[in-house]
Order: sequence, then structure tokens, then C-alpha cells
Amino acid sequence: MKQVILAAHFPGVNNHTVWSDPASGSQIDFAAFAHLARTAERGKFDFFFLADGQRLREQRGRIHDLDVVGRPDALTVLAALAAVTDHLGLAATINATFNEPYEVARKLATLDHLSGGRAGWNIVTSSDAFTGENFRRGGFLDYSQRYERAEEFLRTARELWDSWAEEDLVADPVAGTFAAEGAGAFAHHGAQFDIGGHFTVPRSPQRYPLTIQAGDSEEGREFAASTADAIFSRHSTLEAGQAFYRDIKSRLAGHGRSPDSLKILPGVTFALGDTDAEAQENADHIRRQQVSPQTAILLLEQLWNRDLSSYDADGPLPAIDPDVSEDSIIKGRARMYRDPLKTAAEWRALAEAKRLGIRDLIIEVTGRQSFIGSPARVAEEINEFVQTDAADGFILVPHLTPAGLDGFVDKVVPLLQERGVFRAEYETNTLRGHLGLENDL
Amino acid sequence: MSAASLHLAVALDGAGWHPAAWRDPAALPKDLFTAAYWAGLVTEAEHGLLDFVTIEDSLALQSTRLEGPDGRVDQVRGRFDAALVASRIAPLTSRIGLVPTITTTHTEPFHVASALATLDYVSGGRAGWRAQVSGRSTEAAHFGRRDIPGLRLESLDDPETVRLIRELFDEAADAVEVVRRLWDSWEDDAVIRDVPTGRFIDRDRLHYIDFEGSRFSVKGPSIVPRPPQGQPLVTALAHARVPYEFAARSADVVYITPHDAEQARAIVEEVRGFGNDVLKIFADLVVYVGEDARERKARLDELDGADHASDAAIFTGTPGELADLILDWRRAGLDGFRLRPAVLPADLGAITRGLVPELQRRGVFRTAYEAATLRGHLGLPRPAGRYAGSR
Ligand SMILES: Cc1cc2nc3c(=O)[nH]c(=O)nc-3n(C[C@H](O)[C@H](O)[C@H](O)COP(=O)(O)O)c2cc1C
Repeated sequence: MKQVILAAHFPGVNNHTVWSDPASGSQIDFAAFAHLARTAERGKFDFFFLADGQRLREQRGRIHDLDVVGRPDALTVLAALAAVTDHLGLAATINATFNEPYEVARKLATLDHLSGGRAGWNIVTSSDAFTGENFRRGGFLDYSQRYERAEEFLRTARELWDSWAEEDLVADPVAGTFAAEGAGAFAHHGAQFDIGGHFTVPRSPQRYPLTIQAGDSEEGREFAASTADAIFSRHSTLEAGQAFYRDIKSRLAGHGRSPDSLKILPGVTFALGDTDAEAQENADHIRRQQVSPQTAILLLEQLWNRDLSSYDADGPLPAIDPDVSEDSIIKGRARMYRDPLKTAAEWRALAEAKRLGIRDLIIEVTGRQSFIGSPARVAEEINEFVQTDAADGFILVPHLTPAGLDGFVDKVVPLLQERGVFRAEYETNTLRGHLGLENDL
Repeated sequence: MSAASLHLAVALDGAGWHPAAWRDPAALPKDLFTAAYWAGLVTEAEHGLLDFVTIEDSLALQSTRLEGPDGRVDQVRGRFDAALVASRIAPLTSRIGLVPTITTTHTEPFHVASALATLDYVSGGRAGWRAQVSGRSTEAAHFGRRDIPGLRLESLDDPETVRLIRELFDEAADAVEVVRRLWDSWEDDAVIRDVPTGRFIDRDRLHYIDFEGSRFSVKGPSIVPRPPQGQPLVTALAHARVPYEFAARSADVVYITPHDAEQARAIVEEVRGFGNDVLKIFADLVVYVGEDARERKARLDELDGADHASDAAIFTGTPGELADLILDWRRAGLDGFRLRPAVLPADLGAITRGLVPELQRRGVFRTAYEAATLRGHLGLPRPAGRYAGSR
């Protein structure tokens, strides 16, 4: 039987994170991160995951104010979490467009040392000019080049990580030799980066921190198949998950890789209850918290691409059609609908059939929890997804900070352990070790 | 200035500041690339009630030559990212300030602001920054974005070099300005969690910083809410007029490198001439502390094949003699000292267990931490945000 991989996503800056609940705490205090990471480690999770965004989201030219806003620098928090955890992998999302390989490779190698081999890197490629306004480079990178740069960025980082051989750190006071001759020397001449010199961080415990990829386009999938260790995917239903899984795994042979060398981890949400019925009630309650009247209008605008602020959240859908021009009213977040007119037609049909107002429709068509049920049911479904190749495991996204993972760890994890599909104790000390990817370098 | 208001920091770098420190019998050369080593140093410094530690860094291997690598393997080569080391130590300490070095030359001010604001969160208000410029051509070659001809010691006066130094510090001033604006770009009360209106933040309390400079433009606001200290501490090392001006304009603390009390007085006067009365002025000192200080230094000099040379004055002597020197120099108008231990952890231990008790006996150094934040240790208030109320 396949073993399930589990990761914990710190609740994000979107409407899935419920801040209006009395149990919702700070999204920025270190205690919140420490609580969630310790909970994940108590549950023997593979890793803790932080997302990233380098410009506050805007809608209709104004900073988005309805969701949680504000988050820390990922690597800085992970370095601190390394001090309060012992085994848990620590993965940061780092953008390849608004960073440079020398600096990122240095930071990741440092984190890998400081955590004893637990660093991971979700390499993302957002390259919009809007975000570029916060950086020296500005919005220079054409969309078509984002994976060219990401691919060369990662290749360069690995050259830097290899620039110190394992035996290059000598530290022999008697011989008077601290480092081997030529330690850290590198030269990379490419289209994106033309750099050379010496790297400052000796070989780290994992050699290469775990590489995760999260893009979904054809280029993104090829990039992942050629070089990533894991994919953070958005294909979280059984059928879509299986199709994505087949697609990705079938690409691996072409790159000379085994199917096991790339782990597929959909991001998923969950709602628990003592009984399935209670879980469903909890799920409905959470959905209403996630979609306030104001958020309902805002999410509708994301499909309609128009100002709908004058509409009533309890009233009917707009009669006017979505604006399908190139110009998006949303900045700082990927466009979510490929065919807005078609989706709008589907939503209208559904609203009519079920007599739903805007808010109820949005609750119905967006972001239903992936797993809803008693702990036994959720454990069973998770295992089924993994055993039937819809996934190798999951990145769980709780809806509450900081306690959103407590119930899962207390109630669902023991059931997975009983089934023998999830570790009862950590068996290795590194993130690659947890995923069985130590020897795949 | 109250009698007990002397400030003390230590500068941590590799195995210590002597180039052969790692070969001292008391050194821990095999541990330099472990978290435990750095945790041990910083907890020791906190045990001594020091104001803060700085952590050295640079985006190139250490070298005895300004122009580039020296190929030497008999000295410590290699280092961690200092900001991450500081963050790794933060949860293991509770009072001491953590001041990593980060260059302004090759980094993105936006990332620097986020990293330091986050360090301030994970440490509960103990973050600082030693802002540094990178004048080496080798560092520029690691980024491949611009050519820096590189500084040469023998030609620090030629017009090209003077222009380069001016340019690097002008850019550093811009970077600090951007970072400080970003720290203020969220008002303290921006998070409102107002359920009736569905709003998490009051977006009118978030501000674009709209910085436009010759090297970069930054829009803002920060992705990180305003850090606990409001403004984490900004510090800079300065040896000459251009960096003195930079420090007076941009920093909260400047480290200077006088070689005697007379020079200290002259530099303090020059720095104060830029009109920043609240800037704290620290003198840097390399220290070998203990009864055997001179012999230890001689042994290390022999191992290295050269007399220890430094930009800062080098002290060898007992804790009592060091206390004498500190109190003497202090009268030149210094607020504190940043001590560079020659060998770690030995000279750090001699500071915390020898010098500090001596200064306490003389009534010039705290006997317990009185504040919880780094600004607090230095008696600096938490500043109001520059945009507060500008809506
Ligand atoms: C599940 C998932 C999570 C993502 N998380 C982030 C993120 O945290 N930060 C970010 O900048 N981009 C994120 N992305 C964006 C992608 O990594 C990618 O850069 C972008 O979608 C463009 O690539 P594509 O065209 O191949 O999809 C995420 C994408 C997916 C599918």
C-alpha cells in the first residue's frame, strides 16, 4: 500500500481563511506559526508550507480588504520554526522572477543547515508587471519566459549547491586547512544568468532542498516533470486528480525518471464532525463564514470582471454578461476562469434551478471543502485518493489560524496510522528522507 | 546620560576576528556551520545582558584582498545568511537584540524590509539591521546585473573610486529610506476585523510608498504589517566622511573605529556635525580579554604569519583594563561599544563573565534587562508611523 504524504499549509490570504470566527487568531504573530507547525509535527506531517505573494492584492484599483491581508517573509519564519520543531520539513514559496539565484540558493542552503536538512522550495513563476512595481527589475519578464527563467534559476541554484563538495569543509586546525582549495567556485553562463565566482555556504545536509512546483500550464507541467520532487496541484477531486496524476506520471519516463520520483500533492480543505451529518453542518457554517455578503459580490466580480458593487448579495445574478476583454480588474492573483461566458451561463442555470441568490450561489460554486465527514470517513477518503492514484498525499489548508489543524491531527491522523498508511513515528531526519527521495538526486 | 546607560554589543563573525581564531585550542571550527554554535554564542551574550549582537555577512567568500578572492584556505571561508541565523536564534532567546548584516547593493529593498519586519515579529521586537554596501567586483559578478569596477586599497582617493563610494552610499540611503517607508506603510491599527462591513483591514490605513530613485522604484505597501518596534533598529559601520553622512542621515546607531580617545572625540564631532543628535555612536574594538591575552594574540599571529591588522583598534588585557579603556573613551561622547571578540567563544565568555561584572561593580552597566525590545534597551521610543493620520 502506498504511504500517504501530508503537509500543512498556513492559512492563506484569501477568503478560505475565516477571520470573523471568535477562534481566529493573529495571522502574523510568531506564536500562530509555532502552534500550527508544532501541531503538524505532533501529527508526524511531512512538511509545513508557506505560500507567497509580493504585492498586496487589488480589485478595481483598490487594496483588497475583505480577506486576511499581510504575511511574513517565508524563509525568515521557517528559520525560526526550525528552532521549535525537530523533524518537520519547512517549505517556502519563492518566486523565480523577483529574486536572484545567488541569494536564494544561499538562503535555502542556510535554512537547510539550520534545520538539519528540512528545507523545501516551492518555485513559482508569477511575473506580472503589477508585482514588478515593488522590485528593481520591474515588470520586465514576458509571460512566455517565466519558465525559461525558472528552469535556469533552479539549474543555477543546484550548481551553487554543488560548488562545495562534501569534503570541502576541512576545518583541521593541526593541518591548518579550513576549506579545500577551490571550494565554492562556480561559473554559469546562460541566457538568463551569466554569473561566476564563489558560493559561501558549504554543502548542506540534503544537498538540494526539496523542489516543489505549483504551475498548471503545459510548460509548468513539463518543468515539474523534468526536475521537481513534488507538485502542489489544484486538482483536488477524485476524477480530476486521477487525470492530472496520469498526465504527470506519464511524462516522467521521457525525462528518464521513475514514477515515484515526483510526488503529487493537491491542496485540499476539510470539515470534520463527530458524525457525517454534523460535519456537513460544520462545513456549511464554514462556507457562510468564508463567503460574507461583501465577499460574494467580490467573487462574482472575479468572473464578471466588472464593478458589481451595486448588486444585492441576496438578489439575483446580473443580467449583463461578463466583460471578456484582456484587462483584468484583479491584480496580484492569477486569473481563475478560462471561459467566463460559459461559466456564467452555468452559474445562471444553477441559480435558476435551485433558486439561489448571489451569495448562496457563490457558496455553492466556489471552494466547497474537499473532505467533509467524520474522522473515519475523511481518513477513508484520503486513503482512497492515494491508493487509486488521484494523489500521493495532500497539502492540507485549514480555515482557521492557529488551531485549524488540531482536530485533524487528533482524530484523523491516528486512523491513518491504524490503517498502516501513515507513519506512527518519524523514521528519518530530513525532508527528502520523509518523502523517500534521498537517493533521487 | 545616566551612569548605567553604557551600551554594549558584540560582533559575531565565524570563529572570531583573528584570522587564525579557528585554530585556537578554545575554538570550535567544526561547529561553525551548525545552529547550535550560533545559539550558544547568542545565549551567552544574552546571559551577559548585552544590548545586542551583530552578525557579519557578505555576498562573497572572505578574502584578505579587497579586489577579490585570495585563494587562502588556512582561514575561515564560507558563511551563512546572517538574517536567517538571527531568526533561527530568536525563539531561543528573549531579550537580546539581533542585528544581521545585509547589503543594500545587490538586494531588493522590498525583500530586505519584509525579512527584517519578520525578524522583528519572530523575536518580539528585537530586530535590527547592519546596513552595508558591497564594493567588491566579485560580489557584483555573483549577480551579473551590473559592473562594479571594485575598490582598491591603494587607490581609495582616485576620482573613479570616490564616485563609486558616493554612489554606493547614495543607493544605501535610498534603500534604507524605502525600507523605513515600508515598515510604516501599514498603520498600527490597520487590521480592524470588522464583521458588519466584512472588512479585515481598513485599507485607508495602508499606504503606497511611491519611492522613485535612480536605482529602483518601489510602490508598496509592505506585505508585512507594521513590525512590533515600528522601526527596527538601523545601524551602520563607518570609517570616513561619506559613510558618516550616510549613518547620520539613515541610521539609529553608527559604529566608528577610533584608535584612541582623541580620535574618538574627533570622529564624534565630525559625525555630530551632520546634525543628528539622537544617533547613538558606538566605537568598535577588537578584544582579547584575559590574563593571557597578549600570549594568545602572539600565538595566533604566528599561526597566521602576520600581525593581526584591523580597521578597529585592538585591545589586549584583563577585564579591568578593558573597563578602564571603555570608561576613558566613553568621555569622548560615545554611547557604547561594539566589541569584536578575537576568538569565539572564549573572548565572548570573557566579556560576559569578566568585563560585564566589572562594569556592573563600577555602576555603569545594567544588572538586569529593563526593556523587552531592542529599541527599548537603547532608550529609543517606538516611533509613530510617518503616514499615520494622512488619509
Ligand atoms: C496550488 C497552487 C498554489 C500556488 N501558490 C502560489 C503562491 O503561493 N505564490 C505565487 O506567487 N504563485 C503561486 N501559484 C502560481 C504558480 O506557481 C505559477 O507560477 C503560476 O500559476 C503561473 O504558472 P502556470 O501558467 O504554469 O500556471 C500557485 C499555483 C497553484 C496551482
